[in-house]
Amino acid sequence: MKLHEYQSKAVFAESGVPIPRGGVASTASEAKSIAQELGGRVVVKAQVLVGGRGKAGGVRLANSPLEAEDLATQILGMRIKGLPVSKVLVDEAVEPVAEIYLGVTNDRMMGCPVMIASSEGGIDIEEVARSDPEKIVRVYIDPLLGLQEFQARYLASAIELPRNHWREFIKICLGLFNAYKKTDSTLAEINPLVITQDEKLLALDGKIVLDDNGLFRHPELVEMRNIDEEAPAEREARIYSLSYVKLEGEIGCMVNGAGLAMATMDLTKLAGGEPANFLDIGGGASAEKVAVGLRIILSDPNVKVVLVNVFGGITRCDEVARGILSAIESEKPEVPMVTRLVGTNEAEGRRLLADADMITASSLKEAARIAVEKSKEVGKK
Amino acid sequence: MSILINKNTRLLVQGITGQEGFFHSAHMMNYGTKVVAGVTPGKGGEWVLDGKIPVFDTVKSAVEVTGANCSVIFVPARFAADAILEAADAELPLIVCITEGIPVSDMMRVQSFVQQKGVRLIGPNCPGLQTPGACNVGIIPGQIAEAGSVGVVSRSGTLTYEVLYALKLNGMGVSTCVGIGGDPIKGTNFIDVLGLFEDDPQTESIVLIGEIGGTDEERAAEFIRDRMTKQTVGFIAGKSAPPGKRMGHAGAIVEGGEGLAVDKIKALTSAGVKVVDHPEQIPEMIF
Repeated sequence: MKLHEYQSKAVFAESGVPIPRGGVASTASEAKSIAQELGGRVVVKAQVLVGGRGKAGGVRLANSPLEAEDLATQILGMRIKGLPVSKVLVDEAVEPVAEIYLGVTNDRMMGCPVMIASSEGGIDIEEVARSDPEKIVRVYIDPLLGLQEFQARYLASAIELPRNHWREFIKICLGLFNAYKKTDSTLAEINPLVITQDEKLLALDGKIVLDDNGLFRHPELVEMRNIDEEAPAEREARIYSLSYVKLEGEIGCMVNGAGLAMATMDLTKLAGGEPANFLDIGGGASAEKVAVGLRIILSDPNVKVVLVNVFGGITRCDEVARGILSAIESEKPEVPMVTRLVGTNEAEGRRLLADADMITASSLKEAARIAVEKSKEVGKK
Repeated sequence: MSILINKNTRLLVQGITGQEGFFHSAHMMNYGTKVVAGVTPGKGGEWVLDGKIPVFDTVKSAVEVTGANCSVIFVPARFAADAILEAADAELPLIVCITEGIPVSDMMRVQSFVQQKGVRLIGPNCPGLQTPGACNVGIIPGQIAEAGSVGVVSRSGTLTYEVLYALKLNGMGVSTCVGIGGDPIKGTNFIDVLGLFEDDPQTESIVLIGEIGGTDEERAAEFIRDRMTKQTVGFIAGKSAPPGKRMGHAGAIVEGGEGLAVDKIKALTSAGVKVVDHPEQIPEMIF
């Protein structure tokens, strides 16, 4: 789960990271009154959970409260990469003299947190990693000790930060690490961290990505979830703890297990089709969960055929078959369905599906081939 | 021979009175695994599974009384880190964590402690291990593999079953199958298991099943090129997965241009691994 800029910066501020004065608005008149309180020039920033807001015209400078109101009206009506803008952040405008990158994330290979700094802030850090890898400095953090001052000092020195800013920079590093740790984040990032004309450090933009597995410890952060930005199918999948990712193809896939689900998608593609989704019903799925999964797949208008691939271990094929039958009864799908059930209780599962109008396959390869053929037939009609 | 587990493994089940732990303990016992103890805090003194298995409050007391030398963990995610730490503190040489959904921050602390203690953790978020005909630790179905000479190591669960079953249908047996798990931070990686297979006289060839996310397969490729003499066949899941999306497993995500299936396949192929397009093709590549 990602937090918005205004939410991330509020979390940083609680840990002692300096942020610009500002406020969040859902209407243009709110934006105007925030601009009035701030006085002077302000920046109006769309709050959406995608990159590239600036390029899309979602971040604009206003010279007066009236102009802020006008820009807020425009930005609040926008969709950026398909997502509606329902809030804007109105911050005091700052003229930076330098822009720094500072972030902390989990390093998979080292199995510990890593803090990353660069003198080239304000642009995508992955871009810097490609063009100027030597401009990126890392320190690996002992998960039992946490970030130490000497490590922050090393970062300051390695990015050639002027010495008069070191004390403040180290405080910000420790604050950022603390924010990352206390929220169980997988990424906490300030980009840019700027040096202002009056020689202060300020976190102009912020981003936090929370570990979904850590959310049980943070009910206050779960409340920040913006359900407007979640597609209904994804929301339903989340509620039933199904892993669902919508894709662009026409073959709906329902599989138990993430690895097998990916392999099923790959084979569909290899057979000449395009998967419509990734869907893992998980281990030991109940008939109810299977039915919800199938409903989610069928709600996608692009789906021309459904491919069910289940290798029963703790998942029982008869239970899966019951779920399929219940979804067929309620949804009355018009698309063909190809099923392959192998493993625990497969005979019972096949018997249950025998009367339903369904194509069965014995191997994974055959199932993928038939599904692709059927999707093309449907396409012709 | 086999690796990590065999008929002398004395298994302790943490979370034995929970639904999952209880169900799979019965399966593991039916398989012939020596389940010697269970641990559920607050239920010490009870006997479960037809009165055959004693339950203890703590791992330490279970080990002292029963001589358990391996633990399998079925406790819910929010208590799992503590369960692994308890097993590591009792110095059980092999700890297998099935639980999915442990926060990464917990796993980083756990990993550090496990390494300090010098014990081996497999998982979390894994199906466990199976040495066919001898011992089954975890949730891999019992009937889908025969004993033999192919070593299997995988980041996945059901995809592994698919491969085991394809091997069986082709008359091929397995020395040991190790599911290392789908999390970004895990106790045992491909290279650890590859090294064990290389040294195991029973294992003649190896199947490696990887997926998108991270660089474990690339590191495995280097290891295979530099250190392995045995034949390795591979499959990588997720070629059709879009970047930036987590495909079910916490670790299955392409981020910042890293973790792509195509890079992994390239690395493995250049290290001499035969990488198949299709998991059902694996048996025909092994000779």
